Amino acid sequence: YNIKMAAIQLKRVLLWSWALARTEHLGRKNFSKRFIHITTAVPTVTSTNVSHLHTENASSYQLPSDLLSSEEQQMKESVARLALEKIQPYVAEMDKNSEMRPEIIQALHENGLLGIEIPSEYGGTNSTFFVSTIVIEELAKVDPSVSVLCDVQNTLVNMLFVRLGTEEQKQKYLPKLATNMVGSFCLSEAESGSDAFSLRTSAVKDGGNYILNGTKVWITNAEHAGVFLVMANAKPTNGYKGITCFIVDRETEGVSIGRKEDKLGIRASSTCSVTFDNVKIPESNILGEFGKGYKYAIEMLNSGRIGIAAQMLGLAQGCFNYAVEYTRERKQFGRRIYDFQGMQHQIAHVATQIHIGRVMMFNAARMHQMGLPVVKEAAMIKYFASEVATLTTSKSIEWMGGVGFTKDYPVEKFFRDCKIGTIYEGTSNIQLNTIAKCLEQDKLTGH
Amino acid sequence: MSGLRILVGCKRVIDYAVKIRVKPDKTGVVTDGVKHSMNPFDEIAVEEAVRMKEKKIVSEIVAVSCGPTQCQEVLRTALAMGADRAIHVEVDAATYENLQPLHVAKIIAKIAQEEKVDIVVTGKQAIDDDANQTGQMVAALLNWPQATFASKIEKTDGELKVEREIDGGLETIKVKLPAVFTSDLRLNEPRYATLPNIMKAKKKPLVKKTPTDFGVDVTARQTILKVEEPAVRQAGSKLASAEELVTKLREAGLIPS
Repeated sequence: YNIKMAAIQLKRVLLWSWALARTEHLGRKNFSKRFIHITTAVPTVTSTNVSHLHTENASSYQLPSDLLSSEEQQMKESVARLALEKIQPYVAEMDKNSEMRPEIIQALHENGLLGIEIPSEYGGTNSTFFVSTIVIEELAKVDPSVSVLCDVQNTLVNMLFVRLGTEEQKQKYLPKLATNMVGSFCLSEAESGSDAFSLRTSAVKDGGNYILNGTKVWITNAEHAGVFLVMANAKPTNGYKGITCFIVDRETEGVSIGRKEDKLGIRASSTCSVTFDNVKIPESNILGEFGKGYKYAIEMLNSGRIGIAAQMLGLAQGCFNYAVEYTRERKQFGRRIYDFQGMQHQIAHVATQIHIGRVMMFNAARMHQMGLPVVKEAAMIKYFASEVATLTTSKSIEWMGGVGFTKDYPVEKFFRDCKIGTIYEGTSNIQLNTIAKCLEQDKLTGH
Repeated sequence: MSGLRILVGCKRVIDYAVKIRVKPDKTGVVTDGVKHSMNPFDEIAVEEAVRMKEKKIVSEIVAVSCGPTQCQEVLRTALAMGADRAIHVEVDAATYENLQPLHVAKIIAKIAQEEKVDIVVTGKQAIDDDANQTGQMVAALLNWPQATFASKIEKTDGELKVEREIDGGLETIKVKLPAVFTSDLRLNEPRYATLPNIMKAKKKPLVKKTPTDFGVDVTARQTILKVEEPAVRQAGSKLASAEELVTKLREAGLIPS
């Protein structure tokens, strides 16, 4: 049922997305005169369904021949080239050793890929969320592990600082995050995964400080992070409304990083537990407002989901490209295996799924950039993209036959990497719950 | 002698990784919808100009490209790499098919004079026509010295010391400014256009001109009769010994008996 709703929703917004796709650089502060007929429709939307925002001047739009502005296209090509030259040669080795090369993190920093939405006054790239999704996708085509490092940094860590930081906090952390520091987002615990807000890491007030105690698990980037954004409950009597976001520097006494998990996929991405043992941090390290941590987590994970969708789609595309190229070279029964109709049908089906996912992801990204609510769309695309990645990687191994099953070829890695897509940043079941809740909301608001 | 001004020629060509296909009517190669990018040797030229600017030898870099509207993409890449300004000399697609190095050289020479530049640099050749003529022609038109196939450039007082790759090895020459040089493969490794620089490049000026603005007549002086794929390479054969090789060569009449 939810898949059908997703498809109907998609059909409605497909036209919208084509119209929107021509809109360049719609950052929240950048409404240029050219796009005034879209933007005047924006402010009062409260429902999750935007199909009623028809493009009044649809006839005055030309359907774009490409979906990216020239600047976005340049960004994409630049990252694609960087990924091919600086990351591709080391992918297999990093996967084998479960180790991310520091030179690669450095290259990401040097090229402005770890501070994409950070304003230039803090040394950032001063670009848009949409560009973040482009970067995340291009990196994932080569290595989903590198892509997730970039995703967490940009969509979670950086955005929390940019949106919620005081000027002092921004001055302290944003320049570093843009140029040489990696950050981590600490929410999950051993006893609280999907049930995130039952977390038990405590923050007890002690004069002008808070004392943090607890252990966070499954923390991406933990091995390399210089700063941790920690969700801890500072007032358990208020339930989840006591959850507060704290900025914790790595060097703070009492912070210890556990050993790296030995994972099935995205092995080069460090995933560790982080323990806080009587960690004393000043009150000024609260990010945003006291007790609003749950709200920030929900909002950030929303756009974070679009980022993960970008990663999954990049993964699918990278895997697909490789496998299909193989089918164009491999010959059996006197023909390329690509030439068999059975193969063509499978390949075409997968290509269609990837394309649907990409258009859906672009659409959600542009909506988010315009300030429109994307709860339903983000949940849909994260769910859909992880399914597409699963289908694509599984089929890709089949298309390559025996060699696809060996580590000498990259598709088995993509197959292992994709599994996490249905699990992290909200499991598929949670996404489906969210979509269903949104549908209820739509009903209540008459859509 | 700081504050030198440099003009870099950038050509938009079919991307080096794309497999070239000849059009069915044999009038040219397929370019519609095909991925294009900056000529790799021109990228090296831009990179060298940017490095010279970083070393404070050069104070301003102007990038120029002649061709249809899409050439602006190539100019934007140059701006993102570090060029300060760009000039797009617009030539419509039909005229562009027959545009020759001499036309482009005349335009570049005129711009060099108008912009009062001290150095003109281009890639040694374009990967589509492999002409290897534009740089040399610019030098001749301006009556400037030229240092082609440069693999190393150093500034010494009022001159440039250039190491050139030639058939016999490396040749080092001293060239008085103003001068033209063309970049060879080993001159440098071009940088990536970082995302912040792509953002900054948006604000850099890019002006559009036409060949008539420079008094250059770009009407075609030649027509392409036919474009064909090279003959399919025939299989060779493995021989057992040098003696057998000599016998085969004699049989084929390639060496005297």
